[in-house]
Amino acid sequence: MAQATFEEISASDFFYRNRDIAGFTNPSRAIFAAIRELVENSLDAAESQKIPPDIYVRLSFEGEASKDTQIYKLRVEDNGCGIHPRYIPSAFGQVLYGSKYKLKQMRGTFGLGGKMAVLYGQITTHQPAYITSSTGLPKIYSFKLMIDIQRNRPIILDRKVLINKEQWHGTIVEFTLEGDYLRARSKILEYFKQTAMVNPYANLTFVDPKGRLYKFTRATTDMPNPPQETEPHPYGVDVELLQRLIQVTPHKNMLDFLKHHFHRVGDVTAQKFLEFSGLNPSKNPKKLSHEEIVRLMHNLKKFKDFLPPDASCLSPLGEELLKAGISKELKPEYLVVHQRKPATYAGHPFIVELGIAYGGEVPSKGSFTIYRFANRIPLLYDEASDVSFRVISNMNWRRYKVSLDMPIAIVVHICSTKVPYKTVGKEFIADRPEVRREIANALREAARQLQHFLSKREHVDKERKRLGIFAKYLPKIAQFSAALAGKEKLPDIERLLKSVQKYGDEA
Amino acid sequence: METKRKYSVTEKKSEVISSLKDFGSKIYEQMEKGDFPSITMPSRSTQNIYYDMNLRQFILGDKSVRRSARNIRHVKPFTQLVWVARFSHELTTQRKTSTLRDVYYSAQAYEMTFKDQQESDNIITDLETVLGLSREDFNIFPEERSAVFGDLTIEYTVPGYEGKTLNLTTHPDGVLIGPALTSAEFVNTTADKIIAIEKGGLFTRFIEENVHKKFNALLVLTAGQAPRATRHFIRRLHTELNLPVYIFTDGDPWGMHIAMVIISGSANAAHLRELNTPDAKWSGVWATDIVNYKLPTDPLDEVDIKRLYELQKDPRYKEDPLWQREIKTFLKIRRKAEQEAFSRYGLTYIVDEYLPAKLEETK
Ligand SMILES: Nc1ncnc2c1ncn2[C@@H]1O[C@H](COP(=O)(O)OP(=O)(O)OP(=O)(O)O)[C@@H](O)[C@H]1O
Ligand SMILES: [Mg+2]
Repeated sequence: MAQATFEEISASDFFYRNRDIAGFTNPSRAIFAAIRELVENSLDAAESQKIPPDIYVRLSFEGEASKDTQIYKLRVEDNGCGIHPRYIPSAFGQVLYGSKYKLKQMRGTFGLGGKMAVLYGQITTHQPAYITSSTGLPKIYSFKLMIDIQRNRPIILDRKVLINKEQWHGTIVEFTLEGDYLRARSKILEYFKQTAMVNPYANLTFVDPKGRLYKFTRATTDMPNPPQETEPHPYGVDVELLQRLIQVTPHKNMLDFLKHHFHRVGDVTAQKFLEFSGLNPSKNPKKLSHEEIVRLMHNLKKFKDFLPPDASCLSPLGEELLKAGISKELKPEYLVVHQRKPATYAGHPFIVELGIAYGGEVPSKGSFTIYRFANRIPLLYDEASDVSFRVISNMNWRRYKVSLDMPIAIVVHICSTKVPYKTVGKEFIADRPEVRREIANALREAARQLQHFLSKREHVDKERKRLGIFAKYLPKIAQFSAALAGKEKLPDIERLLKSVQKYGDEA
Repeated sequence: METKRKYSVTEKKSEVISSLKDFGSKIYEQMEKGDFPSITMPSRSTQNIYYDMNLRQFILGDKSVRRSARNIRHVKPFTQLVWVARFSHELTTQRKTSTLRDVYYSAQAYEMTFKDQQESDNIITDLETVLGLSREDFNIFPEERSAVFGDLTIEYTVPGYEGKTLNLTTHPDGVLIGPALTSAEFVNTTADKIIAIEKGGLFTRFIEENVHKKFNALLVLTAGQAPRATRHFIRRLHTELNLPVYIFTDGDPWGMHIAMVIISGSANAAHLRELNTPDAKWSGVWATDIVNYKLPTDPLDEVDIKRLYELQKDPRYKEDPLWQREIKTFLKIRRKAEQEAFSRYGLTYIVDEYLPAKLEETK
């Protein structure tokens, strides 16, 4: 039997070998994923400072790569917070390097997305990436980078400093990559449309390789409040996290440790918990054995009296903004939105926001159009596996006098510090009972209002039809009877038509 | 022989035109006053159809229905009714005719669609009920046609033929009982009776066998259930020329009922008068004839028997012991016979033997 050889691989090497899980599966998926990752970074960067985002994306044709793939140059510009020059190389040249590891709701989480795009570009075209950024200070920094895949380190090929006369802040990322735009096109456009829907305060511009311009204009400059950073909730911790906290804590006893590192744990709760788990309040957390840490983790999950997490770390869109976004992208005849109160699953707070749009540009295609979002990111793949899809399919729509052939779109937005994705691909949300219940309740509430609208509309329709019948036939009776009676002048039917109007001008 | 009373076709026509105009004026005036037009007419529901012993036909009772253009469910049929009146007015003033089917199609030119011909036929019946006139009076005819043959001279009143005369023996297939004939005046005849025949085959045989001469008769082919125009025509022959009417049908419940409708009319036409000929006689083929003449027969089937039980309870059949006896006989022998069954005794038997015997028997 051959001797197995072990070799250490770097994080970038690992992700290069496993690029499937990050969404860079094939040339069409890759081009979509690259755009998506960079746009999401830009949105995060603008939102963190409450700047209404202005994002410009250009994909231009550079040459043929193979029979089915081409080389494109991708350029993404934003007006976000910018990156301090010291961090630029690592932010784009070192996998798992990110600023978003704290507990608050953001799009990016892994410190991976932007780099995967750059890495993919480098691997397929062997060209460097260009990053230009300024935080609004008097200088603009421009880097020419490549990634040392083996060592997971950025290689700086060039660095320029420019004068920032206009106090510009933002980031420009440009690199080449191989891809299949023709195949990716519809998904990319769908991505922009849906992104515009849940980011109604953003201007999105996309210029495709054919020079076609797609513009999604903001409907408002109101933005949701940015999320607050929070400590982890005791129900949501794992051994890994506990060990990390113990390592960094300056506190010397369990009581202080619990009070300072956990969300919504005060003096009283901490004491009660220590009593419950039989731990000495004055014990130094750094002295806990591995077994004790494991037991602590289990007890944290078992203890019933922790206060539920509050939602200050979440940044839902809010009913007004959701309404604005759906209205501008779907122009529905009727729209109802509903936001649920914050709930939790396994110690993670989450909020479900839901909208039902009827008519307008919503197509009727024999089934509802479902738009799924998590932390303001559109989920475009694996719809049938998603919890929202299941809840919507299992709903007894007949009860609400709603049928599948109606032009109905359902928008479900879940925001959470930890979105319960089923896979690393971040494409669909797992069927957790707490999440399912919240979606179902939101859906029922919205459906009730839709039903109300439909029945009112049916009433108005009926009335319009009724009047239409009189308006059609009375003139004919007038005409025929005048002919029979041998009269030139038609009898006046206006009074008769007026009198059949039940609801005056409304109908 | 000169006819006693000239049936004044022209007079009747102007009467029809003015009642159509009156109908339109009434609606026009209601609208002028700012009211929704409405009309009241006798109800034709089965609960309002009675059999009148004196008239010996079905009539409508006192119940009436009101149709108002104010009512969302009435406004369309109301408009259709006014349209049919207007269309009929055009027909009668321009002296044109139209079939029921034509009416159905003509409506489309006025954006007055009928769901199907059934619906337009129904509206025409409404107009008959409102005006108390039959559709033939306002120049609307059904498609089905029957025929007449014999020594009767008529004078046309239809445009282009006014004053022209025709003797109804001119054509050996008989003459169609169509709008031109039913609107013609009777000039003279040598006939002293009318023989109505259910089937075309026998009608032709009678002409070939000179029945019209041998029996001095006018022959009328009903072609199955006699159309209204034909029933009205038979009545005119009977009343204006004073001729007795003898009816020959198949020996089964359906044939029997063809005779009955000529005599006592149908419930469908309860709103109309002068379509029936109460003095007409059903001369055969009776159930008792089947027995007496030993005719070749077929067994009665289920629907025949069901029909016999229905007829047994029908007021038109209750009056006369003859009908009751025949129904009972049919039910007893459970057989039926067609008119052609007489051929068993040779082609001329029916003319030489059966016909004179039955004419005598039902005199
Ligand atoms: N356009 C930008 N403006 C400002 N900062 C940026 C921008 N793009 C990337 N960054 C910084 O670079 C870091 C790395 O980005 P990257 O996309 O690789 O990871 P992430 O967004 O943290 O997580 P994820 O893997 O989920 O995308 C970010 O955390 C952010 O601090
Ligand atoms: Mg990212």
